[in-house]
Amino acid sequence: MAHAQTEAKPIVEREQALDWLRQMLVIRRFEERSAMLYQRQKIGGFCHLYSGQEACAVGSIGVLRDDDYVITAYRDHGHAIARGMDPKAGMAEMLGKAAGCSKGKGGSMHFFQVDRNFMGGHAIVGSHIPLAAGFAFASKYRGDDKVTLCFFGDGAMDQGALHEAFNMAGLWKLPVIYVVENNMMSMGTQLHRHSAVLDLTQRGGPPYGFSASIAVDANDVEAMAEVTLEAANRARAGEGPTFIEAKTYRYRGHSMSDPMKYRTKEELEKARERDPISLYEVVLRERGWVDDESLELMQAEVKEQIDEAIRFAEEAPEPELDEVYTDITVSPYIPQE
Amino acid sequence: MAVMQYREALNLAMTEEMERDDRVFLMGEEVAEYNGAYKVSQGMLDRFGDRRIIDTPISENGFAGIGIGAAMVGLRPIVEFMTFSFSYVAFDQLVNNAANMRYMSGGQFSVPIVFRGNSGIAGNLGATHSHRPEALYAHFPGLKVMMPSTPSDAKGMLKAAIRDDDPVIFIEHENLLGDKGEVSEDPDFVVPIGKADVKREGSDVTIITYSRSVITSLKAAEKLEEEGISAEVLDMRTIRPLDLDAILNSVTKTHRAIIVEENWPYCGIGAGVADRIYRAAFDELDAPIQRVTAKDAPLPYNRRLELDMLPSVERVVEAVNQVLYR
Ligand SMILES: Cc1ncc(C[n+]2csc(CCOP(=O)(O)OP(=O)(O)O)c2C)c(N)n1
Repeated sequence: MAHAQTEAKPIVEREQALDWLRQMLVIRRFEERSAMLYQRQKIGGFCHLYSGQEACAVGSIGVLRDDDYVITAYRDHGHAIARGMDPKAGMAEMLGKAAGCSKGKGGSMHFFQVDRNFMGGHAIVGSHIPLAAGFAFASKYRGDDKVTLCFFGDGAMDQGALHEAFNMAGLWKLPVIYVVENNMMSMGTQLHRHSAVLDLTQRGGPPYGFSASIAVDANDVEAMAEVTLEAANRARAGEGPTFIEAKTYRYRGHSMSDPMKYRTKEELEKARERDPISLYEVVLRERGWVDDESLELMQAEVKEQIDEAIRFAEEAPEPELDEVYTDITVSPYIPQE
Repeated sequence: MAVMQYREALNLAMTEEMERDDRVFLMGEEVAEYNGAYKVSQGMLDRFGDRRIIDTPISENGFAGIGIGAAMVGLRPIVEFMTFSFSYVAFDQLVNNAANMRYMSGGQFSVPIVFRGNSGIAGNLGATHSHRPEALYAHFPGLKVMMPSTPSDAKGMLKAAIRDDDPVIFIEHENLLGDKGEVSEDPDFVVPIGKADVKREGSDVTIITYSRSVITSLKAAEKLEEEGISAEVLDMRTIRPLDLDAILNSVTKTHRAIIVEENWPYCGIGAGVADRIYRAAFDELDAPIQRVTAKDAPLPYNRRLELDMLPSVERVVEAVNQVLYR
């Protein structure tokens, strides 16, 4: 973690930095309002919130090109928003509406947006990791220089699918960046209880011949951006995959139904002292890029944006009942009843 | 007898069997320190310690295989899948190893293991988390498949599964976990594998079903009674091996049958059961068998769409009316 917050030369211009701060605020507010809607039973199913991990998605997705690919697991709202999904489409999906990003058929765990090359939230732990290698395979096959960015949690490191995909990604030098968001928890299981080796950079990159295996403080949005940019450059230059261990923390339970008995108030409070949004505000103040007034204005705008998204989602119509038979195969679909 | 929840009955079955036999142990994701994602193993870590109640990483194929290996050399594992949709990650182990081992070793190896966990359409979980895998697993000779509908059955059937010398796929239903009922506290109370149960007697039509659809069917039978129709509700309990005798006894009495399940229709459980009835008792039937299934589509997140896909009391009543030509 050699990346100091107050590096002399920031890797972003002012406008970009403010946009990143705003994105983190949008994600935080989206999640906290989602929690309320879940409690009011407007949102159903499993709902995994991203609060505390915002800098990871925003920093790394922030340095990609529009034609690159992004894929993630079920804790997907933050990645979708960082990739440019309109919170209205996300919120409508959570409420199961036809205007949702997956037409109300996917829900919280299955956000998709093909026109942003946002390749989805995926709910079976580890099962999307080979898909990322597949997108990268296609890029190499076609001879374009797109990269694929794939997020997953520390728990997913234990899936066989990851190791099979990693081996082929290394073997074929695929242009893919694998980011483990190590929040130290796999549901209720701490890292030391599910992983035989605690340094994930040892488990991720080296055994598979990746071009690099790097740990980074993922509460620092610019540090996250920097390592991702370097990885993307290597990938585009044909040097193959990078493994990034993004060290972070989630504030909420694994999902909305998790009472979080496995950790203490003190631990949570200590983590909040390094809140990624507050940290970035400090950095931007020091650079003279924000002040009290501009921050307040930004917060008010974000609040309005999320209020608007919720209004939109609540007023949007439910899908028609016969929608269950659409999008199953290339039409017409013939039910075998 | 004591009144307890379905999940408590499962817990009691495992606890009693672990007390009886040191070779029995439980392993799976979050079964120990978290007390089970659905609290089925509540308190078992405290009681048995971490030698016998074992948290695993999210490595389904790995720990299913470890269980099978341990069973081949004499232990009796209970492997929990947090939900049965995740068993597909371990599909190779379940079908290539567990199902085949006795046969391809010419009977040299037994695999006394139980794979258990919940499945079913529980509410807004979307396509990946709403699978009903029983038709898949019942397809494989070498596996036994059980699905209890009541707390009492949950206890007695799980005990039979643990005591059995073959791999048993034991599928619970998420929506039944909180159901309450009378459960025997006799440690030797066992519901044998392959024994169906008449949950309600009737004379006009047989409703053949299992798991949560038993509850739906019983409600439908009450409604039908108001209309003067006497429906028998037959709970299959074991999907494989099928209790064909019990089914034929009932159909020979009522001469009409419907099959209710949460599965998809094509190649579903009802398809196999109807085939057996037609071949064994065609002449007994006064009407073609009707089936009530989930709609033939993946499960949508949207609640309204999801509910519309499931077998409902209304659809069961409608199917009964069809076989009665009303
Ligand atoms: C194959 C599979 N097994 C189990 C689950 C249930 N499950 C969902 S998330 C999760 C924990 C994953 O933790 P991690 O990968 O660290 O991601 P995080 O939640 O920290 O983002 C578990 C056990 C699942 N969805 N898929």
